[in-house]
Amino acid sequence: MSAQTVQDTAAPTVVVENVGKSYGDRTILADFSLTLRPGEFVALLGASGSGKTTLLRILAGLEEHDSGTVEAPAERTVVFQEPRLVASKRVGSNVILGQRSTRDRRAAASAALAEVGLGGREAAWPTTLSGGEAQRVALARALVRNPRLLLLDEPFAALDALTRIKMQALVTELCHEHRPAVLLVTHDVDEAILLADRVAVLQDGKVGVELEVPFDRPRRRGVPGFGDFRRRLLLELGVEEAIGAA
Amino acid sequence: MTTGTTTSRALAEASPVGAAAAAGTVPATAPGAAGPRTGATSSGRRKRRSPRDVLLRASVPTAILALWFLGSAQGWIDEKQFPAPWQVGSAFVELVSTGVLWENLSVSLGRVAVGFAVGGLLGLTLGVVAGLFRLGDQLLDPTLQMLRTIPFLAIAPLLILWFGIDERPKIIIIAAAALFPLYLNTHSGVRNVDRKILEAGKVFGLRGLGLVRHVILPEAIPSVLVGLRVSLSVSLLALIVAEMSNAPRGIGFLMVSAQQYFQMDVLVVCVLIYAVWGLSVDLVVRLLERVLLPYKRLGRKP
Repeated sequence: MSAQTVQDTAAPTVVVENVGKSYGDRTILADFSLTLRPGEFVALLGASGSGKTTLLRILAGLEEHDSGTVEAPAERTVVFQEPRLVASKRVGSNVILGQRSTRDRRAAASAALAEVGLGGREAAWPTTLSGGEAQRVALARALVRNPRLLLLDEPFAALDALTRIKMQALVTELCHEHRPAVLLVTHDVDEAILLADRVAVLQDGKVGVELEVPFDRPRRRGVPGFGDFRRRLLLELGVEEAIGAA
Repeated sequence: MTTGTTTSRALAEASPVGAAAAAGTVPATAPGAAGPRTGATSSGRRKRRSPRDVLLRASVPTAILALWFLGSAQGWIDEKQFPAPWQVGSAFVELVSTGVLWENLSVSLGRVAVGFAVGGLLGLTLGVVAGLFRLGDQLLDPTLQMLRTIPFLAIAPLLILWFGIDERPKIIIIAAAALFPLYLNTHSGVRNVDRKILEAGKVFGLRGLGLVRHVILPEAIPSVLVGLRVSLSVSLLALIVAEMSNAPRGIGFLMVSAQQYFQMDVLVVCVLIYAVWGLSVDLVVRLLERVLLPYKRLGRKP
């Protein structure tokens, strides 16, 4: 019995094996494989149009894959690039969207809102929030369900630079508290290095390179080795960074 | 120089939605969205109009009324062509005291109530069905889009031949008038619910009826209200036409008989009643918007 339990907790949360996906004759994913262990924060890096969002949508159950196998827990939630809140529901109701509004749930929603720094704003309408606040509501909505898998689809891309830094810190902190397996899809190399335990680079429809991030937390840009690691990932993405005259 | 800026702001704040709906057209934007964005978003209240603003807004209607009074008193306006305000007033008092007005108004109200209830409910239901289900869309939409192109007033003579001059043709015309704006706006409202928000609903466990109830219908309400506003205005038009052809009672009948007896004052009273009616329709829809879409009045983003 106990051996079984140990094995269960050690079992990976997500197993993606040899997944293929194409639209018409355009191949998006070919032979894509990736594993996420419980509590692990993985960033999937890729240029735009490389199929990283398609993979996330397959994991979220929003898209079918053509071939291969996908194992993902039913307890999965998503934070999209846009907040995607229902305009006619107050913030508190948006957080528990799809759940019955019991007293316990509402209390959980309030707690989740407090966690993202929006305590006491349950009765606010989404239209009165700033972009950063709305995205924090979306984060509360994803966390209140205690997901085993949290999918982040470029959730910081639409935020201004200052709000983005705060949100990245908040997400890191909350993920360490709640310990879901996290897949962050992004094209931002710095963001991947700052947030993730492991970075997978998507190349030609599959994971080309997978690297553990070798820096201690809390992380800052500019710690020794950061620049080299960053350059390496950029090279894997086919980008050579050199701005200005030689 | 301050005068110039205040006036232009007052002009810009005049609601374009109400005017467009009264003209029977569908505004391009959702109701409320086109409204003025006043300050004080945190409290959620509209900014109070300054006394000066109220005065300016009231000035032109007051001037027109004053001209009417003056013109009638001075004899500039021929009484036989257009009655004086006091003549209209006394005609109104007489119509009320003899019970003639209420007798006819109640009949008209009843006709619109029944016709609108039938046509509006049908339009709403068909719009939801065609918006939600592919099969419903395939079966209903082409037919309704074709029927919609027939001006509903054109079928009046046909209906009178079929049903005579009793209540049925009148109610059918009003129902037909009310049906299409509500159908079209509900259909497109349900159809055009943001796919991204639908997806979010699905990710967070909503399926089928839950998705309809918690995401699709709430998101479609602004569009439905636009339809409701147009529907109510158009059913008033339908009422006027329906009652002017062979109605034994109703405001339209009152107008036709006043015309035959050259009762200018009664005619003007009837026109004013229609005007008040149209205004009340607008107020009712605005009130509904306030109740159903409280968030529309707030908001940073339009």
